[in-house]
Amino acid sequence: MSRIELKHIDKYYGENHVLKDINLVIEDGDFMTLLGPSGCGKTTTLRVISGLEKPQNGTMTIDGEEIINAADAYFAPPSKRGLNLVFQSYALWPHMTVRENIAFGLKIKKLSKEEINKRIQDALRMMRIEEYIDRYPNELSGGQQQRVAIARAVASNPQLLLLDEPLSNLDARLRVDMRSELQRIHKELGTTIIYVTHDQVEALTMSTKIALFKAGELSQVAPPMELYMNPIDLQAADFIGNPRINFLEGKARREGSKMYVSCELEDYVFDEQDFTNETIPEGEFACVVAIRPEQIHIDTQPGAGRIPVQVYSNQPAGSETLVSLKKGDSHFLSKQIGLAHYKLDQEVYVTVAPEKINVYNAETTRLIKRAR
Amino acid sequence: MKSSKPRHPLTKTRLKNQILSVIKNPFNIVVAISLIILFCLIVIPLLQMIASTFTVAKGELRRIPGAKVGEFTLYYWKYLLTGTMSSATLWIPLKHSVIIAFFTVLVSVPLGSVLGWLVARSDIPCKKLLGMLVVIPYMIPSWCKSLSWLAVFRNSTSGSSGFLEGLGLHIPDWLAYGPVAIVLCMSLHYYAFSYIHVQSALRSINSELEEMGEICGATKPQILKSITIPLVLPSVLSAIVMTLSKSIGTYGVAANLGNRIGYFTLATKMKNFINGSPQNVGFAMSIILIALAALIIFANQRIVGVRKSYATIGGKGGRTNPMRLGKARVPLLIFVSLFLIFAMVMPMFVLVMETFQINTGAGYAASNLTLYNWIGTDSELAPYYTSYVGIFHNPEFGKAVWNTIRLTVIASVITAFCGQFLGYITTRGRGKWFGGLTEQLVFIPYLMSGIAFSSMYVAMFSQPRLGGLIPTLYGTFTLIVLTSVVKHFPFASRSGTANMMQIAVELEEAAEINGAGFGKKLSRIVLPLAKNGFISGFMLTFISIAKELDLIIIMMDKRTTTMSYLAFTYSQDGMNQMADAISVCVLLFILVCYIVANRFGADIGKSW
Repeated sequence: MSRIELKHIDKYYGENHVLKDINLVIEDGDFMTLLGPSGCGKTTTLRVISGLEKPQNGTMTIDGEEIINAADAYFAPPSKRGLNLVFQSYALWPHMTVRENIAFGLKIKKLSKEEINKRIQDALRMMRIEEYIDRYPNELSGGQQQRVAIARAVASNPQLLLLDEPLSNLDARLRVDMRSELQRIHKELGTTIIYVTHDQVEALTMSTKIALFKAGELSQVAPPMELYMNPIDLQAADFIGNPRINFLEGKARREGSKMYVSCELEDYVFDEQDFTNETIPEGEFACVVAIRPEQIHIDTQPGAGRIPVQVYSNQPAGSETLVSLKKGDSHFLSKQIGLAHYKLDQEVYVTVAPEKINVYNAETTRLIKRAR
Repeated sequence: MKSSKPRHPLTKTRLKNQILSVIKNPFNIVVAISLIILFCLIVIPLLQMIASTFTVAKGELRRIPGAKVGEFTLYYWKYLLTGTMSSATLWIPLKHSVIIAFFTVLVSVPLGSVLGWLVARSDIPCKKLLGMLVVIPYMIPSWCKSLSWLAVFRNSTSGSSGFLEGLGLHIPDWLAYGPVAIVLCMSLHYYAFSYIHVQSALRSINSELEEMGEICGATKPQILKSITIPLVLPSVLSAIVMTLSKSIGTYGVAANLGNRIGYFTLATKMKNFINGSPQNVGFAMSIILIALAALIIFANQRIVGVRKSYATIGGKGGRTNPMRLGKARVPLLIFVSLFLIFAMVMPMFVLVMETFQINTGAGYAASNLTLYNWIGTDSELAPYYTSYVGIFHNPEFGKAVWNTIRLTVIASVITAFCGQFLGYITTRGRGKWFGGLTEQLVFIPYLMSGIAFSSMYVAMFSQPRLGGLIPTLYGTFTLIVLTSVVKHFPFASRSGTANMMQIAVELEEAAEINGAGFGKKLSRIVLPLAKNGFISGFMLTFISIAKELDLIIIMMDKRTTTMSYLAFTYSQDGMNQMADAISVCVLLFILVCYIVANRFGADIGKSW
């Protein structure tokens, strides 16, 4: 049971301002992912929550209990916060066996021998590595070490489990396996999980909520699909999604409850109900129309509402095909499921559902029209 | 992006919490205590010594009219810098020191660099064996080398003749003693700095860089000149600096080979003053020595510091293909062999043989050989040629062995422990003020030659300090241990730092999260992981202290004599065979230690 609330957290390394006024609420049972490129402050946030770093400003509470109060220079020690942490490097103690690694924290808690053994067994069974109990870390593969590290963290029955890029040292296949493993753990234990990653696929597939970081600031906190469909600004839109979202420069003008948007692809009219809370400038202003590649449908025959474009390049990759298209000076990418073959410079016809389009204010880079 | 940090008003709770967090964390306490100890053992003695050169001492009361003990005076500096004796006490010895240091660099650096290159990069035959043999001369203490030099070149000027005189050759004084002998002896020791530096630099540089040159059509000399040498230049420069700063303050060799013909260096002259009077003039000379070494190292940091970066290029490593020497292979092998013969085989042979001779320089005929020097008792040959019994019957020798073992064991255990601790503080304090401060404080003893350092301790502890809290330690075994420990701090903490760097901080943080306190963290995580590094660090310190002569020589008296000092005094008294026998014992002792240390994975290249 734990609800974590961070308020106005500021962290400096020397004169370097690495966390800027972080406000974040993590509800009980959340799988919260801190997502962002390297050096954006997500690991630092995790370390602040764990107690390994002390912020210069702000407060933090767990279930209403004060854990950090920078103004009073009060910082509860890590071991008193009821959490555990899985490090990116695993940080398994090389001179201890798997059993000793897991038992270490439990012995400090002065649990009975039976209880310790039971917890070790449970944790190992959960991670399906019971047979390695008496091995030393260097006798295990990377994936097995990873499981031990998680088992060690889980064995202490933490209310809050922190994971710092735990999958980044694994190969692609193991990563997919561990993703489902982690989802299962989250369900079985029911603990709150805070997960740090720079990999958007991990974030989108596992989390219940994602906190997107940008240069030490929190730019958006939203459920994964909301984050994917309506990134709050151009940078977020550019960061989330693979292949990247298409940006088309355009002009927009608001008239009453309608907004008229024109770009090289097509002209659109949007209704007030899809607008965000951002203020829309008076008169005509520059905007950016953002379209996900999978929202661009290609037909070989002309038809009503179909826009003629040219094929610039064609990349079939088995399960999907990336088609690069060109209209006037604008290039954009379409993603189609399955194999498709187009000739270069062939004329094709595309359709885009207007409700799937995002529109951004080019000047403020903020989202002004949501997708549905 | 930068913006100013928030300032919180200092409330009572805030203050209380801040104080609590400092006190509750034992690491802070440990750091505080360490800094205080370092301050007391390094900074205060240095300041004390500087102050004493400006203070009237009892001995000079008659010479300075109207002065009182403890008053400020410029007498000692005037005596040293401008007095009637100043050319004999300062300028000439200083000139000698500089000349010796200069020529030692001139001989030892090219020698060591070439050897390093041959072992690291060329296809010279028996490379592995040579790589092992080439470092052996370095294991021999430098004062031992001066004894073997004497065993070979000694002439009638200092009593009995040496090996070459014995063969009927006339050895002139300029070859047997003085600058030439000193420079050659030191070069055969300090070549090791260049060898180790160049060799490890070359090993870290990818041979692809050289092969690329070959592909571009460069000849071998061109590759050497424009690729290899520029890449190792930074390490050569730092080897030069080490050699300079070490050789300028060396005592043992300079005293052994110089004193007999009145050739003094700054270090040997300084010892005469410190053991005689006015003592404070000796301290002033010591300050000059320290300043010289500091100047050299500072200059190095200015020059090398900037370019140091590319000494570490190519951590990727990869395969290093040896460079084919072609026709030069045999001549170069002969060169290395000659080096080994002159630096190791011959001196050792002559030194060992001399311990069996009745008259040195009288050849190895059976009639001139005896075991008397080792096991003789006075009933046999004593009346003919020496008033001493063989060293194994000599109570002085027994005491010296005991003192040596006692000193080495106690001092190196303490040093190794402190080194690991200081290493822990510097690595965990990286980027914080106390980490940097510890690193700098610990580095200070490195600037001082052994004799300058010990003179500082003599100045500090020749009278009670802190109102009697620290008693007079002059002449005690404790002071010798203390001096040895602190002097080896830089080395020990360097090995401690390297050791602690290998222990990732996350391992400690993981323990912290699991609820381990500072003590538990240290005992269950850090110490078990540091064990191996600790043992090898300990062994290297052990050997280094066992070899030591310069550092402890001014503190020696009858009760605290070590083997190296005993050999030194016997040699000065003309009892060469006895001195040689003791050196052979020391050598064996050190060799055994090295073998043991190697077992624990200690790298000889990290020793001084």
